[in-house]
Amino acid sequence: MLIFSYDICNSLNDKACIMENNASNNIPAKERKVKGRVEIDIQKCKGCELCISSCKENALSLSDTINIKGYRYIVANNDSCNGCINCALVCPDAVITVYRTHPKKKPVDITPTDIKAQFQTMISSSK
Amino acid sequence: MQTNEQVLPLPSLDIAVPGCQEDEYELVYHKPSTLVEVNMHYCPGCAHSLVHKLLMEVVEDMNIQDKTIGIAPVGCSVFAYDYMNIDMQEAAHGRAAAVATAVKRLMPEKYVFTYQGDGDLASIGIAETLHAINRGENILIVFMNNAVYGMTSGQMAPTTLTGMKTTTTPNGRETSLSGYPIKIAELMAVLPGSFYVSRQTVHNAAAVRKTKKALEKAIKYQDLNKGTCLVEIIGNCPSNWKMTPTESSKFIEEEMIKTFPVGDIKLPKAEDLKTKLEEN
Amino acid sequence: MTEAKLMKGNEALAEAAIQAGCDAYFGYPITPQSEVLEYLAREMPKHGRLVMQAESEVASINMVYGAAGAGFRSMTSSSSPGISLMQEGISYLAGAELPCLIVNVNRAGPGLGTIQPGQGDYFQSVKGGGHGDYKMIVLAPASVQEMADFVFLGFDLADKYRNPVLILSDGAIGQMMEKVVFKPYTNPQVDKSAWATTGKPTTRERNYITSLFIQPERMEVHNLKLEEKFKRIRENEVRFEEINTADAEYIFVAYGLSARICQKTMDLAREKGIKVGLLRPICVYPYPYKRLEELASQVKCMISVELNSGQMVEDVQLAVKGKVPVEFIGKMGGLLFTPEEILQQLEKLIQQYHAN
Repeated sequence: MLIFSYDICNSLNDKACIMENNASNNIPAKERKVKGRVEIDIQKCKGCELCISSCKENALSLSDTINIKGYRYIVANNDSCNGCINCALVCPDAVITVYRTHPKKKPVDITPTDIKAQFQTMISSSK
Repeated sequence: MQTNEQVLPLPSLDIAVPGCQEDEYELVYHKPSTLVEVNMHYCPGCAHSLVHKLLMEVVEDMNIQDKTIGIAPVGCSVFAYDYMNIDMQEAAHGRAAAVATAVKRLMPEKYVFTYQGDGDLASIGIAETLHAINRGENILIVFMNNAVYGMTSGQMAPTTLTGMKTTTTPNGRETSLSGYPIKIAELMAVLPGSFYVSRQTVHNAAAVRKTKKALEKAIKYQDLNKGTCLVEIIGNCPSNWKMTPTESSKFIEEEMIKTFPVGDIKLPKAEDLKTKLEEN
Repeated sequence: MTEAKLMKGNEALAEAAIQAGCDAYFGYPITPQSEVLEYLAREMPKHGRLVMQAESEVASINMVYGAAGAGFRSMTSSSSPGISLMQEGISYLAGAELPCLIVNVNRAGPGLGTIQPGQGDYFQSVKGGGHGDYKMIVLAPASVQEMADFVFLGFDLADKYRNPVLILSDGAIGQMMEKVVFKPYTNPQVDKSAWATTGKPTTRERNYITSLFIQPERMEVHNLKLEEKFKRIRENEVRFEEINTADAEYIFVAYGLSARICQKTMDLAREKGIKVGLLRPICVYPYPYKRLEELASQVKCMISVELNSGQMVEDVQLAVKGKVPVEFIGKMGGLLFTPEEILQQLEKLIQQYHAN
């Protein structure tokens, strides 16, 4: 489980990438045709929570830590995101960027070749 | 995470090799480039920053950054020119409509809008606003109605609801002393110089979409040269309403809309729209 | 056109505005200057320029602000009560460093007053009628010819310093008819693209016109910048006229209409052997303090002659630094003195000085 940290975020250009939120909001990933992903500029976020009410998938919540301005900022569970952009629309400070998969496009295999080779060896040796 | 674009053929075994898959994500929403890259000073959840964003999205979508001039008011959004990456003029309190009149008349090919709050437009500036619309100045007036004076910390505005508590109406607005909330959209729609008058809100995603459409229409109508477009936007003021942003959205839905009904108050006639928009 | 025309002061001013390349005029009717708006409403559109009757003087001055901010030559005119309404706008124009021309056809006041001429707006014009530390270059015409000439000069000075310029006229000069010649003029076409709001191209940062500097440190920098500008104005734009001052024992100091009347008084006095001269400030801001101080050493007293209760007299007192007594002859209510009246008062003063 990735625990988001202020320090790590700084080194990643202050953008919150894929992360899980607190255990109490653990929602299993659904099978979707269209998947979404949000990036939040956490240093600009003011924790107004308007995006939380706009999200139908309950993918957003407030962090436990504070940003450089002293605001609790929004963290996203991108597994639940469907890319509807409601959160980005209502965000007064325009801190949310939204990505979405295209329903027609197929996912891309990104398994590194050496991992595939290892799997091959493992499977053939287990026989 | 790096995406390895190359699709490798699976090894020929009777058991499939488990692997990782990366979905191809497309960017579907980003902050407009026409907003200056600075933090906006507005309170958390404030409608001003939201509407600044929508206006600048319209400017970006229509690619008119080099043709747009905005007139900022006095009020919380006095610093609008720090956030909108277009040429702007700071008008004296209430006078934005007069300033915009001159700018548009001298440069009719540019898109000119004023951005004003309730004190600026409906109180001290009501004469300039009314006369600009009466002359049918070919501008967009964006009227942010949040029923209080924000910048000066929460006094009564012309649009404060009856019974609403503010710092100058500590026991709630009494109509016998302070009159009634003014419905600017309805008032101005009566003037023949007004072309398109709409009242919108931004308290949820659906409303934000509608507001953006209204703003887009209003800016495009400047091409027709047929009169003033007024878009009144019911916004929140969490700080002076003494509510959280989420509570303030609820207040708009439950209370503000009762006094200020949302929708298109005045739509252009079909024949007025036919000429230019059909060609677009 | 270089042939002389017989014109009313207000109309000469209006015609000069057209010839000076004024792009936009915004005004509101008020006696005694409505002719400016009427003349321009008739003539400006023929030249494809903008004239608007605004809903008030407040709207007028703010329209001037918008036009000036977009880089256009714009002007407005009014009379005392209307100029009072414009003070906020003038302060904003000065704070935002916008060039423009404002004309005050002074009438007697205070309040609604009367429509007859007065000079009671001197303080308002030169000491700053609006709030804050700013100054305007103030030109005081004394003839219909100067009503025309000062429009060209005013626009050029406004563009040179990026500051509002005021023409301080009065009801008599606005209404009187005299010969006027419009000299050929070329608009210097000052380049305002560095700051004017014409739409932000990709080649530059956005321009914005503001007088707001919320951080005090920035405000101070701006104030100092303005003060440096006013200093340059004081060094370079002093203008005055001297008549018969070389051997004068008494000097009238008067501007505008008062100066005209003093000129006749001077002729009458000289016939009687009284050595009196006249110094007429053409710009009442910047004021000719230096010249007055120089003249102070040669005279018995200076006499400020004004159609008010005593405003410019304070500047004369400041100028002479106590070297010489400064007297005041005034008239209020919209009434004008006759040359004989002033001569009588002068003779009374001379008796007083001989007695001492």
